Amino acid sequence: MTPKALSAASAMAALLLALPASAGQLTIGFSQIGSESGWRAAETSVSKQEATKRQVNLKIADAQQKQENQIKAIRSFIAQNVDAIFLAPVVSTGWDSVLKEAKEAKIPVVLLDRDIDPSGKELYLTAVTSDSVHEGEVAGDWLAKTVGTKACNIVELQGTVGASVAANRKKGFDTAIAKHPNLKVVRSQTGDFTRAKGKEVMESFIKAEGGGKSICAVYAHNDDMMVGAIQAMKEAGLKPGKEILTVSIDAVPDIFKAMAAGEANATVELTPNMAGPALDAIAAFKDKGTVPPKWIQTESKLYTAADDPQKIYDSKKGLGY
Amino acid sequence: MTALLPRRGLAQILALIVILAVDRLVSPQFFDLRLQDGRLFGSLIDVLNRGTPVALLSLGMVLVIATRGIDLSVGAVMAICGAIAASLADSHGLPIVLAAALGAGLVCGLWNGFLVAVLGMQPIVATLILMVAGRGIAQLITEGRIVTFSSPDLVWLGNGSVLGLPVPVVIALGMLLLTGAVVRGSALGLLIEATGGNARASELAGVGTRAMILSVYVWCGVCAALAGVIAAADIMGADANNSGLWLELDAILAVVIGGTSLFGGRFSLVLAVLGALIIQTMNTGILLSGYPPEFNLLVKAVVVLAVLLLQSPKFSGLAGIAARLRRTKA
Repeated sequence: MTPKALSAASAMAALLLALPASAGQLTIGFSQIGSESGWRAAETSVSKQEATKRQVNLKIADAQQKQENQIKAIRSFIAQNVDAIFLAPVVSTGWDSVLKEAKEAKIPVVLLDRDIDPSGKELYLTAVTSDSVHEGEVAGDWLAKTVGTKACNIVELQGTVGASVAANRKKGFDTAIAKHPNLKVVRSQTGDFTRAKGKEVMESFIKAEGGGKSICAVYAHNDDMMVGAIQAMKEAGLKPGKEILTVSIDAVPDIFKAMAAGEANATVELTPNMAGPALDAIAAFKDKGTVPPKWIQTESKLYTAADDPQKIYDSKKGLGY
Repeated sequence: MTALLPRRGLAQILALIVILAVDRLVSPQFFDLRLQDGRLFGSLIDVLNRGTPVALLSLGMVLVIATRGIDLSVGAVMAICGAIAASLADSHGLPIVLAAALGAGLVCGLWNGFLVAVLGMQPIVATLILMVAGRGIAQLITEGRIVTFSSPDLVWLGNGSVLGLPVPVVIALGMLLLTGAVVRGSALGLLIEATGGNARASELAGVGTRAMILSVYVWCGVCAALAGVIAAADIMGADANNSGLWLELDAILAVVIGGTSLFGGRFSLVLAVLGALIIQTMNTGILLSGYPPEFNLLVKAVVVLAVLLLQSPKFSGLAGIAARLRRTKA
């Protein structure tokens, strides 16, 4: 293509984009946080897929982890008069004035993945989030069911100290196992949500618990720490997945790889599909005026070796985790 | 008394012994060692193995600090070089992987050295640039995900063993001997100390201070690259977001615990590595103790304060006076 033809083609493309969307097709602006983690990247790619599936024109603005960029993006979506705005808030406060502007422009706002300060409840239509306390409960319930009545010493790899997700996943798990006196958390340390620290902390747990023989199960607040812990167990001559049960949260591709190899037992999914339920809620709101509940809880699905982990690994690994 | 014992290093050795004793108290099996699949297995080995990245970083950092510089970018350089090694591991042989990763570390060091030695920027600001940008570069290489690999050669670097000792420990020991041989086996160490002590006077005396400064940053970059490769090999993946995060501070701390002044001049390689081991002995002890994780940082801060007080001439002067007063009363 000659440069001239190229510029003509791009001008045409720009013109096409500028044309108003066909009647009935929704245009939604999505202010995404940025690429803070693999999960976030997966959320962005799943959002695109879900929008394409529903023939929604989804405009994604990457805020590079900055609230001021998110506020700018929302203002620009308001100026473009989009049908709805999705917001994955980087922090929980400071949204009042920009969300008021959206409300005045009669553009509904849906929060994805994270909630904002309770003072602004009337400023958004609904929030699609996972319940991290519930995630911990699902993990604890699975372990209690699998262990049955025999005594079980659990070691716990906590997330970063002070992170609300870590506190909630701990709380949920503790609640679930409190009903079963045979289950006991004997050691709990932070692995900062990382593989390297997960491995280091697990190494120390193994030494502190007599070479790991008295450990019956490992609970990790995320899969990455568990992947590190599995390595530590293997190096110590233990058999994770067989001698020591593992349960963690997030459902990232690599834990399915470990599961397929028989080295991990269970994971609870923090679904990257927050946009799907949000798009459905917006469609119903626009078409029939159905007002969704203030909180749409995503499913915290449990995966075990029985769920064909290899297939899930293959389907998840392209999402950007 | 002081004539019998080495004045330098006494405080560090004492601190290490005290911390080891405390570790033994909180964890009775601390000194247990057994052979597991042909490698030694026990908490002491964990201390050496987990202490390796910071020990390697401190080997480069101590030379930089001796020239009155500082290198804040080592954590980010670790992330870059780990990412490069992990990306190449499954498609290339180990020599190429190592050459690429260490080469990248060398280039990072050259960049820092160029900013400091040639452009005359203040080291803390000059290396801050790469500290911030470096992690971004690493994230670009890994595309924000954890790049995993299965190349047995590279995995061996992190998890293999030589004569029962973990490979990373052997590498760190080798690097200590090599660095020691180069800087203490020649006049290089003296010239570095001279540069840090008084750059202008050294320059006038004929020391190539620019070359000295440039070369210590390059060496620091290479050490950080090696630490990054080992960190990636350890978890069989490159985690650009977290690899080496805040380790520059641990490396500086190790150097300071090792008695090297941030104002440059006299330095000790062995004591810097000992400093890294003191930090790791404490970390491992905290993990073994079973205390809630909320205490981790507090315990660490108190211990570091105690070690530094032990070294402070003013403080030991005060302690000496107190002891003399008590004696005169009695």
